[in-house]
This record gives sequence, C-alpha cells and structure tokens, in this order.
Amino acid sequence: MTEFFQHLVSGLSVGTIYALIALGYTMVYGVLKLINFAHGDIYMVGAFSGMYLSNAIGLSEEHPSFLKTVAVFVGAMVLCAGLGMLIERLAYRPLRHRPRLTALITAIGVSFLLEYGFQLPPLIGTGNARFPPGPTPAFFPPPFKYVGWDLAGVTVSNYDVISLLVAFGFMLGLQWVVYRTKFGTAMRAVSFDSQVAGLMGINVNRVIAGTFALGSALAAVAALLIASSRPSINPLMGLMPGIKAFVAAVVGGIGSVPGAMVGGLVLGLAEEYVAGYAVSEYRDAIAFAVLILVLLVRPAGLLGKTRMEKV
Amino acid sequence: MTGPAPSAPVLEASKVTVQFGGLKALADFDLRLQAGELVGMIGPNGAGKTTAFNAITGVYAPTAGEVRVAGERVNGQRPFQICQRGVARTFQNIRLFRELSALDNVRVACHHGHAAGFLAAFLRSASFLADEARITQRAEGFLEVMGLVHRRNELARNLPYGEQRRLEIARALATGPKLLCLDEPAAGMNASEKVALMELIRKIRDDFRLAILVIEHDMRVVMGVSERLVVLDHGVTIASGLPDAVRRDPRVIEAYLGDAYLAEHQIAVPGAVS
Amino acid sequence: MKLFGLAARSAAPLVLAGVAAWLLQAQLGQAWGVILMYAGINVVLAVSLNVVNGFTGQFSIGHAGFMAVGAYTAAKITFALQEAQLFHLPLGASQQIIFLLALAAGMGMAALAGLAAGMPSLRLRGDYLAIVTLGFNEIIRVVIENTPFLGGATGLSGLPRRTTLVWVGLGAVATILMARRLVGSTHGRALLAIREDEVAAEAMGVDTTSYKVRAFVISSAFAGLAGGLLVHMLQLCNPADFSFIKSFEVVTMVVLGGLGSVTGSVLAALLLTISLQVFTEFQQYRMVVYALLLIVLMLTRPSGLFGSRELWDLFPAWRARRKEPQPPSSPTSEEVP
Repeated sequence: MTEFFQHLVSGLSVGTIYALIALGYTMVYGVLKLINFAHGDIYMVGAFSGMYLSNAIGLSEEHPSFLKTVAVFVGAMVLCAGLGMLIERLAYRPLRHRPRLTALITAIGVSFLLEYGFQLPPLIGTGNARFPPGPTPAFFPPPFKYVGWDLAGVTVSNYDVISLLVAFGFMLGLQWVVYRTKFGTAMRAVSFDSQVAGLMGINVNRVIAGTFALGSALAAVAALLIASSRPSINPLMGLMPGIKAFVAAVVGGIGSVPGAMVGGLVLGLAEEYVAGYAVSEYRDAIAFAVLILVLLVRPAGLLGKTRMEKV
Repeated sequence: MTGPAPSAPVLEASKVTVQFGGLKALADFDLRLQAGELVGMIGPNGAGKTTAFNAITGVYAPTAGEVRVAGERVNGQRPFQICQRGVARTFQNIRLFRELSALDNVRVACHHGHAAGFLAAFLRSASFLADEARITQRAEGFLEVMGLVHRRNELARNLPYGEQRRLEIARALATGPKLLCLDEPAAGMNASEKVALMELIRKIRDDFRLAILVIEHDMRVVMGVSERLVVLDHGVTIASGLPDAVRRDPRVIEAYLGDAYLAEHQIAVPGAVS
Repeated sequence: MKLFGLAARSAAPLVLAGVAAWLLQAQLGQAWGVILMYAGINVVLAVSLNVVNGFTGQFSIGHAGFMAVGAYTAAKITFALQEAQLFHLPLGASQQIIFLLALAAGMGMAALAGLAAGMPSLRLRGDYLAIVTLGFNEIIRVVIENTPFLGGATGLSGLPRRTTLVWVGLGAVATILMARRLVGSTHGRALLAIREDEVAAEAMGVDTTSYKVRAFVISSAFAGLAGGLLVHMLQLCNPADFSFIKSFEVVTMVVLGGLGSVTGSVLAALLLTISLQVFTEFQQYRMVVYALLLIVLMLTRPSGLFGSRELWDLFPAWRARRKEPQPPSSPTSEEVP
C-alpha cells in the first residue's frame, strides 16, 4: 500500500514537470500549428542557465538564499524566454506561410543544433563556467538542502513539495493569463484563426512571440525544479522529457491548455505505475506506447476537439 | 437512347441527412438519377449543395438515410470505393495534382482499372508495359475530349484557370463513371467560356451516356443545361422539377432574394405566415 | 522471347553495376573502398526513405528502426548458418548465397515491421505521423537494448565480414531501380497523387491508405537491406547505430537532395558521406553542421538540390528521348490555337 502512495507522489512530481513542459508545446501548437521540436532543448538551456547563474551569484546548498533562488529562477526564465523568441523570429517566422513540413524539418534542425551545439568543445570560460558545456554532465548546485519526511512509510522530500507547489502555482498563473488577460484572449483568438485575428487588430507576430516566451519560461521553471533534485545536467537531458511532454500534450489534446496539464499528470502517473509494477527497463518506451495508443484510439486527445476539413 | 432503360437508377439518395453536432448541414435529401439525366443543384451559399456531393461521394458518411449507386448501397464506404462503383466528381476549389503534368493527372484517374501489380512494375514485364500504354492512350483520349492534348506535358499548376477546370473534368471522366458530379464547373469563367462549357457538358452526357449532377450559381448556365433542377436552402430541399417551374417557385425566389422582394412584388408563398 | 526481354530489362542494370563495382573495388585502396561502401549504404537509405517522404509526401523520421530490424535479422541468420555449407558448394560460394539469404530475410522482416508500424499510423496527419515513426524507432531500439537474445545494449559482435563494394553497389543500384521504376509506373503516380492532394486522389479511385502502407513497406524493406549490409561491414550490431540520430541523418540527406528526386537522394548521400569520412577530424561538428544545413536549407531552398526533378530534367533533349513511346508530338504551349 505504501508502495502505491510512493508511486503516487513520484508520479505527481514527475507529472507536473511534464505538464509544465507540455504547456509550451500545446500553446505553440495552438497558435502556429507547429510542433516545436526544439522545446525540450529550451528546457535543457534553462537548466544550464540556472547553473551558470547560480555559480555566478554564489548560490548553493551550503549558502542557501531565498532571494538568490528567486533571482536564478527569474534569470533562467528570462533567458529561455529570450531564446524562445529568438528561435521563433529566425527559424519559424520566415516559414509561416510555407508547408508545415518545412517548418517541422526546421524545428528538428533547431533541436539538434541546440543539443549538439552544447556538446561542442568549450569556446570560453573554464570549469563549470565554460561554454559550450560539452558532452560530459555538469553539476547543478541545488538551491537548498534535501530534507525527507516519512509519512506512514512513504518518503516525501521537500523537493517534492516545493516542486509541486511551484509547478501548480505557475500553472494557475498561466490559467489566469490565458483566460483572464487581454494577451491570453489574443492568444486564443490567434489559435482559432490567425488570419481573422489579425484582421481584428491583433498583432499576430507579437502574440506568437509572447506565446513562445511564455512556454519557454515555463520550460525553464520545469528544468530548474528537476535539476534541483537531480543535479546532474547534460546537453541531451531535454530529449526524453521533451518527447514525453509532447506525448502528454497530445494525450490531453494538443492545443488545449487544461489538456496539457491533465495529460502531463496522466503520463507521469502512468509511467510511474507501469515502471514500478511492471517493466521498469521499458520506462522510456512507455511514453511512446501511450502516444501510439492515444493517436489510434482518440487522436484528438482527452480534452481536444476534432477538426473537420472542408472539402 | 437505344436499348431498354437500365433497371436501377444510377443514383438513388433517400432521406440522406448529414449532421455535424447540432447542425444539420443536409436534411432528408432525396434524389434519383437515371443514366443520361442532367440535373442541376442550386441554392444560396451554405445551402448544403457541396455537403450533398460529399455525402454521395463518401467524403461524409450520412448520419441517416441511404445512398445507392447503380442499385448498391454505398453508405459509409470510402470515397475511392464509391469512385470505383462509378461516381466521379470535381471540386468547388480546384483540386488538381499541381506538380504533376496534365497527362499524369488524368492517368492517375485511369489507375484503378489496371491489372499489373507492383512486382510487374519493378520487373517492367510485358503485361505491365502493355498496361501503361493502354493507360496513356486512354488518358490522352480524355484530354482530347476536353481539348487539352496540347497541354499534356504541362504542369497542372501552370495551366490557365479555365483549362484547369477542364482538366479536372477530364480527370473525373477518366475514372469511367456512371455519375459525374460537377461542383461549380463554371466558377471564374467569363461568359463565352461558360457557354462553351455548357455545350461541352451536354456533349459529354451524350457521348458517354452519363448521369450528370451539376452545382452551379450562374442561373443561365444551370437553366440552360439542366433537364431538372433541385433547390437547396439551409440543408433542406425547397423545390425540385423543371427549370421553368422552379424559377417561378416563390420559395426559391424567397431563398435567393429574400422576403422583402416577395412583399414588394406581392408574391404569396403557399403556407407561409405573413 | 518475352521472358528474355524481361530478364534483360531487369538483370542488365544489376549485372552492369556488379561488374563496375568489382572493377572499382580492384582499383581502390582499402580506405576509399570503405568510404564508398558507407556512401552506397546511405544511398540505399536515402532513396528508400524518399519513396515515403518524397514520392508519397508522408513524413517518416524513424527509418533507422527498420534498418535495425533488417540488420539484426540478417545477423542472426548469418550466425545460425555460419558453419553450414550448401549443396557441397565451395565454401566461398556457399557463404555468398547464405549472405544473400540473410539480406533477403532482413528485408522481409523489415517489411513486416514497416507493415506493423504503417498500418495503424497512416491515418494520422503529417506532424503526428512524424512523432509516431520516431516513437517506433525508439521502441525498436529500447526493445533491442533489453533483449539478451539480440545482444542487449552491447550488441552482437563477431559477425563475419561479408559486405563488399560489389554487394553495396548491387544494393544501391537495386534500390535506385526500384525507386525509378516505381515512380514511372501507375503505382508511382498514385503515390505522387497522394502527395499532391490526398482527398482528390481518393476521389479518383486511389485507395490512399493501402498505397501509403505499401510505400512504407517497400521503403522499410530497403532500409532493412541497408541495415544488413552495414552490420556485415562493421562486423557488429550495436543498437546505438540505429537511433533516431541515424534517422535524422537520412532525413537530412533526403531533404538536401530534394524530396521526390532519386538523383538528389543519391547525390546528397554521396556528398554527405564522403565529406564526412574525408573530414573525420570534424566528426564532432557533424551534427551541428547537419542541423545548420537543414535550417539554412529550409529557409532558403526548401526544395533541396534537385527539388523533385531528376538528372535528365536538366537536359531537355535527353528527357524527350527517355519518355515512353507516344503519338507524334503535339505543338508546344506557345502555339495554342
């Protein structure tokens, strides 16, 4: 029984991470109808940004500081938001009216560029401050010491609690932005019909850039939360979480914000339980199996809507 | 017409309904076509004409009702199956294979009658080569009917608009249909082109003994070429019959011109509340 | 007489290729021989992927998965029949025949894998299909890594070296022949129609799902051939060789050469492989270069080097002679009455 609850805790923990990353996928797909393959790598950049910033301002387990932690979070979010907007501006915007396949291929290219660019031999700096960081894993200084509590046999750590609270906080924040602000309304309008939205006076380019910024910032948050409890980071760390978060977005219904959250949690829990009770070596393949299943049975996802093509 | 009339109508649509959620795009649509009949379908925009086409050709499966082609029920079959049963169509917005030549566009339509399989194609067997020659010859025949032989190697996207429309018809004909559905074939054409098209449609009907169903907005085109008319509005059939009768039907006038026109000209609509 | 014509048409190009490769092999040194073999295998990969991505317009990015299926199947057969000697033939000849059987079996299994992957997924739209093919690629790799029978993560080693330039040459030419003959047939036109407009193709009587699956199966089979050739050259099967990185490399080649152009795929495969081997010190930059290449290509010239044209499209006179027998030529477009 305790095992069940342990998996529940882990599942929720990892599920919220997937949800945060999935939100980026789903929002970008909503406004651009493009799967941003590079999103998982923006997550990776978030982790590295956090590392560089933490080292620069002297934040670590031995010298914890709430203010510095917040600064690192904000800094990484800003950096990732900037990167996201840059990628959109340089690689996706010129292809806005081209066939989607072209943009998809470009997205794959950007993804690989980030992954392998970060693995190149260092150009500047040394030690932990070198850039590019190279293929060997780097050490992310955890912002606070690990504390674990035993609740009736189930181990819950302060990381789990903080991670859940922060993640939920950001998700609620996003809900507010999407459904209660002018920007959010504009974003939804663009996702319904970007042409008409433009005719109604919405600056579509700005909305899309903002969407990328928002999604990338959330990915940075997810990365920092993960890196805090698993301090080994490397340039390929965004690969699997990226794909899994994409699966989560599809499961929830791509283009649907609540869908991404639900999908993330569902996938996190599914992964934990299947890996825990059944075949743990195939953990990574579970996400793909779930994806294929969902696409075959209910392609619109749990909360998505089917779109009919007018002939 | 020589010989006895065929027993089963080419097309028999009975109470066909197409519903999207709460919206009935097409309600209780009835239509019967014998070989050689030329029927026009008219109605304001959004009336459900293309929906009817899509229900007949299998793009949508009817929510209710039945579609029979040459006596066989085709509800729920995929479009390619219905095409192989003998229904061909053109599209409201031209859907040619843009990067293929005119000849190739038509040859694709000749595909489903072929015999040689993949292996024969890989080995370039004699039967395969004979098949290919037959397909090419057949395709060129249809290009000739539509006056496009001189364009055979031209990419479809490079053809002028009017020729693209004619190519679409040639392609549809090449599938060897019993029923040809033309969705606004004269759209975008000038007056003289439309007249030429009308004559071409009649000629096709005569030469190939087809049943033809035409959606058109241009009244002169459709009145001139149809033997019968069906009028749709908001998914419902509001009138059907001979062109002259339909043209004078008050409900048709109301659908196109509105009830203000009716009031102004003091035309009463039977059964309407004033 | 008919059979002779048939055999001549099919066998002649292969015989020529075999002879040419055999002569080349004798002339070249070891190093260049290996480079050309890599290049030839990549030609098989690129051309076979082009059948799905270029001709049929679908987006498959899991090609390496089918390569793996073919590779491991062929390897297992070779291991199983290592000591066998067929029909009291001399050992050399027997080994060659067994190799051929192994490759054929690899192709067969890869085709089946393509069928299993293709059938459910080809209802999906472009971007979803891409992810699903990626998914299958990864699932195949994960399964291999966790199956001791297949060598697990360390792989299968000790495979005898059977691949020679002749084999690779034959494989490459067979693949090119397959692609060219496919696209020049009514089946190929059906695939192109699906690429151009699936709705219209379906309306014209083409069973689009069946054809998409068939394209997938054929493409996977030849990916399996490439896999079989590769592992019998490297003399080992390692699942890391068949990850989506490999798939991405093949996609790069196809896109660079031009989706739909067999010539383009061949040239891009040759170009990328040879330049990679020649500049080995830049290996670590290879992925970054590929990525930049892809991005720049998509931004500036998405149709790739050749678009969907072939070599002979550059020489109109040559092209006119190549077309099938036709009635006397019609007036050109300028002379419309």
